[in-house]
Amino acid sequence: MVVARGVGKTFSGGIHALSAVDISVERGQFVAIVGPSGCGKSTFLRLVAGLYTHNSGELLIDGVDPLEARRRRGDLAYVFQDATLLPWRSVRRNVALPLELRQETDEARIDAVLKMVGLSDFADAQPAQLSGGMRMRVSIARALATNPGLLLLDEPFGALDEITRQRLNEELLRLWERDQWTGIFITHNVYEAAFLADRVLVMSARPGRILADITIPFAHPRDEDLRHQNAFAELVREISQQLSQGHP
Amino acid sequence: MKTRLNNLLQQVGPPLIAFAFFGLSWHALVEIFAIPPYLLPGPPRVAAAVSMHAARLIDATLLTAMGALSGFALSFAFGFAVALLFSQSRLIERGLYPYAIFLQTVPIVAIAPLIVLWIGYGLQGVVAVSFIISLFPIIANTTAGLTQVDPRLLDLFALNNASRWQVLFKLRVPNSVPDMLTGARISSGLSVIGAIVGEFFAGYGTDDFGLGYLIIQTSGQAKTDYLFACILFCTLLGLAIFSAVGLASNLLLKRWGGGA
Repeated sequence: MVVARGVGKTFSGGIHALSAVDISVERGQFVAIVGPSGCGKSTFLRLVAGLYTHNSGELLIDGVDPLEARRRRGDLAYVFQDATLLPWRSVRRNVALPLELRQETDEARIDAVLKMVGLSDFADAQPAQLSGGMRMRVSIARALATNPGLLLLDEPFGALDEITRQRLNEELLRLWERDQWTGIFITHNVYEAAFLADRVLVMSARPGRILADITIPFAHPRDEDLRHQNAFAELVREISQQLSQGHP
Repeated sequence: MKTRLNNLLQQVGPPLIAFAFFGLSWHALVEIFAIPPYLLPGPPRVAAAVSMHAARLIDATLLTAMGALSGFALSFAFGFAVALLFSQSRLIERGLYPYAIFLQTVPIVAIAPLIVLWIGYGLQGVVAVSFIISLFPIIANTTAGLTQVDPRLLDLFALNNASRWQVLFKLRVPNSVPDMLTGARISSGLSVIGAIVGEFFAGYGTDDFGLGYLIIQTSGQAKTDYLFACILFCTLLGLAIFSAVGLASNLLLKRWGGGA
């Protein structure tokens, strides 16, 4: 579904963010990209979303250029580091925004995604009345409103406390197990990456490139017990080692 | 009930005490130094002037209020339109913003005679001066609100292939509401000053006139107690319009962002 071959990105200020990134993500796969802050992993996600354009290499989504894929099919959704809600809109109207911008209405779909993230009772609340974790749930519901085939998540839980983060990890996993969209999840947390993903890609320091591609073999559905298994700890250690080799 | 009364007292008490203190000091000053009333009339004389000229003062205040509110409404509508234009093109904004600042820096008394020359005496001249003086805060604040949008929200709209109009009316305009209301509050106070200054130059005539004209007239005739009454009504008018706009903007803000 997403294929990157030798993708590089240098910003006009001369910052070399990515050098020759090779990634291939199949339809329905959930891939996590881990790397330290500033390594260019968010830049890669923005390239896939068509928010930036790459300078070298080839990046294709279902065989076409990212911008064209987005313009033509609108099959992609993006979850930001912060909830990024419109403060003047209620929860329901925030979730409805992507449909509204496509000039569609589907109240049943909005009810359904609100239920999926457990916010049915808060549909009429304003964002300012919600906790950080609840706001992030609204953000995820908004991303799912259009039933996207490709979901890009840019460190969505980075600003949350550990307990909320773990709970939202489990909820996100339920959502993926339910609909099996293609997911690219950016994080600097190796536990989160190993818990959620089918594959973990380790990225080097800037200019970023892929150092390792580690398959996570655990079957779905996964639950929180996974975090306490030895095999899980082994994998986390392997990812961490790869990560530290890339950042001496 | 009791706490509400307490709250009210805490709100209104201190300014009332300050008012009483100020009034008494003023009275004492006039009495002790035997200041002649044409120089500084004491509170009782001013009160007498208010009651003697009450009808005239109220008529004048209403006329001035009409000038100020018309000027304010015009500057709100026009200022919003200019800000919309600025938000759509950096080139236009860069080209015209310095001239918007000109509105802020030009001494209004210097151009008021020109306005009278071009637009004429009476209400239209008064409204024009009030409009010019109250326009800039609306333009400046609304432009800021329209252009200073969280870049991630712009990304969100781009990701959903939003049109330019959708970005403008579903993102920029609602985003500008708090700043626009700040501009409106500042501008409402200025519009009263503008109307009074406008009446200095473009006053109405002998039968029907506003506070500005009345001030010129009473100061010319050395009726200082009457002049003080005029100033009092100017202040009350400014306070009333400023409070009304402040109240309206607080209500709108509450609806805008919920119980934040």
